[in-house]
Amino acid sequence: MSVNAKTLNEDEFFYGHKACAGCGGSLAVRIALKVLGERSVAVLPAGCMSAVGFNFPQLCFGNNAIISTFAGTASMLTGVEAGLRAQGITDFHAVGFAGDGGTADIGLQALSGAIDRNDDILYICYDNEAYMNTGIQKSSLTPFGAKTTTTPAGKNIRGNLRPKKNMFEIVAAHGIPYAATASVGYLNDFMQKVEKAAKIKGTKYIHIIAPCPTGWGIATDETVEIAKEVVDCGLWYLAEFENGEYKLNYQPKEFTDIESYLKKQSRFRHLTDEDIETIKRSRDAKWDAIHNNFKIN
Amino acid sequence: MKPYLREKAPKTLSEILEAPAYESGYLVTKNAGWRNIRPVINADKCVGCLQCYLYCPDGVIYKDGGKVAIDYDFCKGCGICKKMCKTGAIEMEAEK
Repeated sequence: MSVNAKTLNEDEFFYGHKACAGCGGSLAVRIALKVLGERSVAVLPAGCMSAVGFNFPQLCFGNNAIISTFAGTASMLTGVEAGLRAQGITDFHAVGFAGDGGTADIGLQALSGAIDRNDDILYICYDNEAYMNTGIQKSSLTPFGAKTTTTPAGKNIRGNLRPKKNMFEIVAAHGIPYAATASVGYLNDFMQKVEKAAKIKGTKYIHIIAPCPTGWGIATDETVEIAKEVVDCGLWYLAEFENGEYKLNYQPKEFTDIESYLKKQSRFRHLTDEDIETIKRSRDAKWDAIHNNFKIN
Repeated sequence: MKPYLREKAPKTLSEILEAPAYESGYLVTKNAGWRNIRPVINADKCVGCLQCYLYCPDGVIYKDGGKVAIDYDFCKGCGICKKMCKTGAIEMEAEK
C-alpha cells in the first residue's frame, strides 16, 4: 500500500524555515523529504527554498542538505550520487529541489546532461511560476497573462505574452526512466509518485505545481485550494511518463470555470474576456493532445 | 531528525567552523512572531483524519494521542489547517 497521512514518516526534515505563511513550495519539500526519509541528501540551488532554509545559523534541514550554484542542481546531484557510491554507500537518495527558474531557465542544461547520463538522482521542480524570492520576475514557466514585475499589466500589453513552457514533456523527450507532474493540492498523488520514483534506478523528474500566495496574489490559506483548482479547471494535469509512455492519472469529470480560477488571483485580475478565451482555447488544445497521446485509465 | 531550537547561537567568527558546513537542523529563532491569528483545535470535534498535519507547509501540526496538536513556536498562522479540516475542529483566533 502506498504512503498516506497515517503511514507517513512522523519525523520532520524541513522545519523552522522562513518561507512566507502558506508557502506551497515548502509544503512540497517537506512532504517529499518525509517520504524519502533521513538518508536523503538534498541539493538546492539559489531559489526560495534555499533562501528560507539556510539562514545561518538557522538551518532548517534535518537531513544533509547543500546549496548548489543556480545552474548546477543536477550536476551537483550527479556528484553527490557518485561520491557516495564511491564510498560504498547505497542506502541514500540524492534529491534536488529547484524552482521553476532554476529548472526551466537556468538549470536546464545541467538537468539535460544528468538525464543523458542517466544518473541515479531524483530532481523535483517546485513550480511557483515566477522567480518569487527575488521579487516576482517572469520565468519561462510563468503562464500566459500573468502579471509579474518584468511583465507588468498595462494598457497595451497585459502581463506575460508567452505561454508556459512544457517542462514535463521536455524532460520526457529525453527518454527519461520516470517523469511525473503533481500538485500540492493533491498530496496523496504526489507522495505516491515520490515513493515510486525513489525505487526506480536512473534519473527521475517530478514537476509539482506549488502556489505562492505572495506572487500569485492569493490569501495565505488558499494555497492548497488553488493548487487543486488549477488541476480541476484543466490548466494543469497529473500525469506520468514511464517506459516511453505517457499516462494521465486524473481526468476531471468536467472542468471547473477557468475565469473563476484566474480572477481569484491578483496576477490575473487585469485579464480581458478575450484573454480568458485565449487561455481556454489553449487548454482545450492541450487536452485534445493529451487525449490523443496519453494513456488514459 | 527534526530540526530543534538550540540554546546557543554562534555569534563570533571564532564560533563558526572554518569549513562551509554546519550541524543540520540547527534552529536559533522561532517563527511565532509572524502570526497575528492562531489556529486552535477543538479536541471534541477532531476525528484524527490528519489532513491538517499533512497539508501544513511548516509541519507544525503533530499527532497527539489519536488527535493532533500544534507547535505554536513555529506556526505562522497561514490558516491552511482550518481550510483542510472537514469537521470544523480548527478555528483561527486573534493573537493578543
